[in-house]
Amino acid sequence: MVHLWQTEKKRMKLRGDLPLDLKTGRIDMTHGSGGRAMAQLIERIFARAFDNPALAENNDQARLDFPVGKLAFSTDSFVVSPLFFPGGDIGSLAVHGTVNDVAMSGAKPLWLSAGFIIEEGFPLSDLARITDSMAAAAVKCGVAIVTGDTKVVERGKADGLYINTAGIGAVPDGVDLSAGNVKPGDAILLSGPIGEHGMAVMSRRENLSFDSEILSDSAPLHGLVETMLAAGAGIHALRDPTRGGLAAALNEIAQAANVGMRIDEREVPVSPAVQSACEILGLDPLYVANEGRLIAFCKADDSGKLCDAMRRHEQGRKAAVIGRVVEDRHNFVEMHTILGGRRIVDWPAGEPLPRIC
Amino acid sequence: MKYIDEFRNRALAENLAASIKAEARRGGGREYRFMEFCGGHTHAIFRFGVPDLLPTNVHMIHGPGCPVCVLPMSRLDMAIQLAQSPEVTLCSYGDMLRVPGSRRLSLMKAKAAGADVRMVTSPHEAVVFARDNPHRQTVFFAIGFETTAPPTAAAIKQAQEWRLNNFSVFCNHVLTPPALVWLLESGDGKGNGTPPLDGFVGPAHVSAIIGTGPYAVAAEKYRKPVVIAGFEPLDVMQAVLMLLRQVNCGRAEVENEYTRAVTPVGNVKAQRLMREVFEPREIFEWRGLGLIAESALRLRAAFAAFDAEKRFSLSPIKAVENPACQCPAILRGAKRPSDCKLFGKACTPESPIGSCMVSSEGACAAWYIYGRRRKSA
Amino acid sequence: MCLAIPARITKLLENGRALADVGGVRREISLALIDGAAEGDYVIVHVGYALSRLDPQEAEKTLRMFSEMNEAGARETGGRK
Repeated sequence: MVHLWQTEKKRMKLRGDLPLDLKTGRIDMTHGSGGRAMAQLIERIFARAFDNPALAENNDQARLDFPVGKLAFSTDSFVVSPLFFPGGDIGSLAVHGTVNDVAMSGAKPLWLSAGFIIEEGFPLSDLARITDSMAAAAVKCGVAIVTGDTKVVERGKADGLYINTAGIGAVPDGVDLSAGNVKPGDAILLSGPIGEHGMAVMSRRENLSFDSEILSDSAPLHGLVETMLAAGAGIHALRDPTRGGLAAALNEIAQAANVGMRIDEREVPVSPAVQSACEILGLDPLYVANEGRLIAFCKADDSGKLCDAMRRHEQGRKAAVIGRVVEDRHNFVEMHTILGGRRIVDWPAGEPLPRIC
Repeated sequence: MKYIDEFRNRALAENLAASIKAEARRGGGREYRFMEFCGGHTHAIFRFGVPDLLPTNVHMIHGPGCPVCVLPMSRLDMAIQLAQSPEVTLCSYGDMLRVPGSRRLSLMKAKAAGADVRMVTSPHEAVVFARDNPHRQTVFFAIGFETTAPPTAAAIKQAQEWRLNNFSVFCNHVLTPPALVWLLESGDGKGNGTPPLDGFVGPAHVSAIIGTGPYAVAAEKYRKPVVIAGFEPLDVMQAVLMLLRQVNCGRAEVENEYTRAVTPVGNVKAQRLMREVFEPREIFEWRGLGLIAESALRLRAAFAAFDAEKRFSLSPIKAVENPACQCPAILRGAKRPSDCKLFGKACTPESPIGSCMVSSEGACAAWYIYGRRRKSA
Repeated sequence: MCLAIPARITKLLENGRALADVGGVRREISLALIDGAAEGDYVIVHVGYALSRLDPQEAEKTLRMFSEMNEAGARETGGRK
């Protein structure tokens, strides 16, 4: 795709455009006003990074050759703070997040859109770094960012930068993954340790000052999903637990499928560092955000086969069967604790806040 | 995690459960009611599902040792008012941010409306913020029992050492022994609604500071056994076993299960520091328990410069409480969360009315989040 | 109340502060409330301040106490296991 950008560079030289000051330059209101400054921004930063034929057509929309069959379509907005955190940044997060939402239907992710809301004064160097990160993530995921939008808002809004991505994928024939398919008796599987993203982000928050090796688990899951679908297990649904943690995802599905769940705390993987950081701040890992994990609901008999298949994939090395679906008209998610007692894992009530009591 | 994981061992828990079951059988069919005073114990009990490991004739009654729950709404209203002053940055622990004050306004909502509210996890962070932001008035919203008061005192001394003139503390520290005596005085059918208790599980880290001596009054004057317990579930279970043994033998003593962190005299250095910086208030209002004498702390005159109540001439605000909220009775152990008409309907963790529902160790929150299934099963 | 956690002092700093480690997570804490803490000691930390030293021998004793069973307890599990 590099040749498209080089053609553009030649054109820009002929027009006499000045290069953007990526080192010390900042976004100002003119970059959002639809004029030459905005066009320059789009060309120099976004188009250069995301470089692909659909984008290069330079229209207000991307025209794409679409395969026959069912399409999966998802959108998500990313407002994480800080923008750069151990293991990732808002850019790669924005790509992985939407790729994963699409992949949870079993679909192969194909194209993304990217909308940027940028705060006046935002450093161009950070913007370039973030778009490069998005571009790299997109390449790794095998998706193209084919259309986008840019707006600039006044200083004090947008916390630096907000990104929205929407994604389209193609659902293979015969694949039907949906919360409504989940039934009592189904096994519940989790692809890896929980709480990494949330704690990685929290470790960089100003007032919390703790030092650890926790990295965000932000990663694309469509490869793992493909492997899982090929395992020949009766998978009923997939979900990636993000905000609100594993607890939110389990409760959402329990309610959508009108079932209950029983999980075993001993089977839920949590890394020692995440466990420790949560103990220090008084947080529960079940409620801490993830960005590279999925839960799967499958026929009970197939749980062993599916878990083995997951463990053979890079993103599923620590996969585990964590529980099973049951009949429950209250839709409770109940956990057998490490001590042998029982407790309910309820819906999260707001963002988990560190506590001292 | 060292010294944590070992105290959560399932095999040992099963062992203890068996011992507890056997001991609870030796009472000839009687019921046992023990109060865990401290909210941290309430949280641990529910988080690990300890009630499932106890026999049905042993009941844990949740006590008022939750500084978030017992803070009178008017004091919270004062903190919110402080935060709304344009020159003030109010530093607060995360626990207080979502507690509803009058008209369901909270620090979090005030922050959304423009108040400068910062979350801290240590009073030291507030002092450092004050030092680094000389143009802001930094106020530290201090809550907590005797565990949390010495850190506040140390922070005030640090502010003094750094000669800060923009740091002050809004002090709401409360004391454990007076609340314990209040419970003992009002129990056993004396009319205040507290059910008769057979003994207490004493707080872990308050005791690390004050030692075991202050609990003697419960044993000697009121003939109630007290066992100080660590925060891990095995600690709590061992304490229940020790309480059962005391009751069955007719003993009433103060015992210490948490010997790895609590000594009989406690932390003398911390006690000295508390006495240097704080003095007892003649009277203080506790939510649910009412007025209790000498039960809370304020800054001594020598530290008046760091007293937010003096610096900002704060006057008490008349709070507007929801009359249907049963937090007061629940804090005394007189009612259960499920006895409150608002519980689970108008009052939930997402939209709490009373402080018992917001605090992660409030009886209502613990019951709602962890224990609801017991009622509906 | 009083979320407090056992932490190991890994490095003494100036001004009565220290670096402490809990399961690989490191935080700076204050030693203003205790005396004579040394590197390698375990302390109980609450809101960034060490409240007391954790006594390893007492910890061992307590763990042993958990596995003791009174006679009645032994009879109780004997049947179940």
